[in-house]
Amino acid sequence: MKNQVAKPDESVLARLSGVTHHYGSILALDELDLEVRQGEVLEVLGPNGAGKTTAINLLLGNLPVQQGSVSVFGQEPGAMQVRERRGAMLQVSGISGNLTVRENIELFSSYYPAPLAVAKLLSTAGLEELSERRFGKLSGGQKQRVMFALALAGDPELLFLDEPTTGLDVDARHRLWDEIRTLEVTVVLSTHNLAEVDALADHVIVIHHGQSIADGTPAEIKLHVAGRLVRCVTSTLPDEITQLPGVIQAKVRGRHLEVQTTLPEDLVRDLLARDEDLVDLTVEAVDLESAFLSLTKESP
Amino acid sequence: MTVDRRIRVYLLEAHYQFIDVLREPLFSIPVLAFPLVFYLFFGVILNFGGTSMPMQTYMLATYGVFGILGPALFNFGAGLATERDTGVLLLKQTTPMPVGAYFSAKITTALIFGATVVSALFLIAAYAADVALFRWQWFALVGVLLAGVVPFCTLGLAIGAWVKGRSAVAIVNLIFLPMSMLSGLWIPIYVFSDFMQNMALVLPAYHHAQLALKVIGMDSGQPILLHVIVLVGQTFIFLIVAALGFRRVGGFSIRKS
Repeated sequence: MKNQVAKPDESVLARLSGVTHHYGSILALDELDLEVRQGEVLEVLGPNGAGKTTAINLLLGNLPVQQGSVSVFGQEPGAMQVRERRGAMLQVSGISGNLTVRENIELFSSYYPAPLAVAKLLSTAGLEELSERRFGKLSGGQKQRVMFALALAGDPELLFLDEPTTGLDVDARHRLWDEIRTLEVTVVLSTHNLAEVDALADHVIVIHHGQSIADGTPAEIKLHVAGRLVRCVTSTLPDEITQLPGVIQAKVRGRHLEVQTTLPEDLVRDLLARDEDLVDLTVEAVDLESAFLSLTKESP
Repeated sequence: MTVDRRIRVYLLEAHYQFIDVLREPLFSIPVLAFPLVFYLFFGVILNFGGTSMPMQTYMLATYGVFGILGPALFNFGAGLATERDTGVLLLKQTTPMPVGAYFSAKITTALIFGATVVSALFLIAAYAADVALFRWQWFALVGVLLAGVVPFCTLGLAIGAWVKGRSAVAIVNLIFLPMSMLSGLWIPIYVFSDFMQNMALVLPAYHHAQLALKVIGMDSGQPILLHVIVLVGQTFIFLIVAALGFRRVGGFSIRKS
C-alpha cells in the first residue's frame, strides 16, 4: 500500500533512501525509505525494537550512515546549518537536575542563532508556574514538557520527537498532544501508540523489523486495525465472505478462519448460518501488534 | 556562529555547569572540604615534621595537588560518564552547541573549584599555620598547582569515556584515593619504602606534587624536566585512551542500545 505519491510542489525537508543499519550482527533498519514533507506531521509507527529510534538518530546525524543516504534540508544531517534549523526531543532520562527549568531553557536557547524568548517557551510548554523549580524535582510529565520546550528553543523549522509521550499518564499525554497541534512546524514523531496517530498525524509510516511496511494517511493505516477480529474453526472459506458488509479482510491462519470486520455481530450470525459445525469462536479487538503482522504478511 | 554568540555559549555553558556541580552537595562538599580538613589536621594540628622539615609548608604543596586533583577527576570522569548515560550529552550534540564549549566548561569548573581550594589552603597556611614563603613562591605555587588541571582533566576524560555513569564515581574513587596516598599527597613520600617510592614514578599526581614541592625547595631532587616530560606524555596518553573510548561507543556520546 505504498500509495502516497510525492507531489512535485511539496518540498521534501528530510529523506532516508535505502538506509540499512546494523548494530553488530543485529539488523535495525533494512533498506528503509522515508520522506518528510514540509508542513506535515509524519508519524513513524511501529512496535518496540522496530527501528524507529535508529531512523530518528540517523536523521539527526547521531549515528554514522552505514548504507544508503540521509539528507536533511538537502545537507548532511549533522551539519551545523542543519542543527540550527531543527529541534529534537529524544528518549533521554534527564538534563541537569540541579538547574531550574528556566536555567536549562536559557542554556539551550543560547545554542541557537535566533532562539525563541525564554518566556515564550515557558508559556508554550505550560511551564510558567514551574520555571524556578529544579528539573530534578519535576514529575515525569513535567520533565517531558521541559524537553519539549528545549526542542523548540531554536524556533525550528523541523522538529523530531522520539516517543514523546511514552511513560506519560493520559492527562499529560493529551496536554502534550494539544501543544504539538498548535505548532506550525514540520514534525517527525515516532510512536508505538495508535491513538497518537489519530490525534496528530498527517502522514504515517509503519516500520516493522526495520522495514517500511505501510506508508499512507492515518485513515489508510487505521483500516488495518479497525473493527473486531473474529476467529473460529469452520469449513467456510475466506473468499466466501470477503464481500460481506463490514469485512475488511479474511484469511486462514492454521486451523482458524480470521476475519477482520466492522460489523462483528452480523458476521457471526452469517458464519453460524453457513456452518452448523463451527467451533472455537472468539471475537476480540484488533491490536496494533496483530495489525502489524497482517501488514507484514501482505507486503511482498 | 558569530564570535559574540560563541563567547556567550562558552560563558553560559561554563556558568551553568559550575552552578550544577555547586548545587550537588555530594560533589562540592567532599571536593572542597577534604583537602582543607586534612591539611588542618595532618599539616597544622598534628605537625610531626619538627622544625627541620616544617610539615605545614610541605603539606601546603601536597594538599594543594590533592585539592586540584579531586574536582578535575570527578567533574570530568564521573560527570562525563553520567551525562552520557542520561543522554543529555547526546541531546546537546543534536543542538548547534560547539563541542568545545562543553569541554571548556568542564575545565573551567574544575579550575574554579581547584582555585577555591588552593586559596583557602593558602589562607589557612598564612594565617593559622605561620607558613612563611617568599612572594614569588606563593605565586609560583599557585601557577604550578593550577596547571595540574590539564593532566588531571585528561585522566578524568579517559575514565569518563570508558566507564558507565553508575560505576563512574566508584572507579574515580578507586583511582583518586590510592593515587593520592601513593603519590605522597597525604603523608610525605619519603616516609615510604624505596619500592613504593619507585612505584610512585608512574603516577601523574606524584610528578605534579614534586613540581609543587620544587617551588618551596622540598622535593625529592629529581630534575624538573623529568616531571614535565612524564606529565606531558601522560596527558597525550590519556587523550588517546579517551579518543579510543569515544570511538568504541560510535561517536562522542551515543550509546549502543
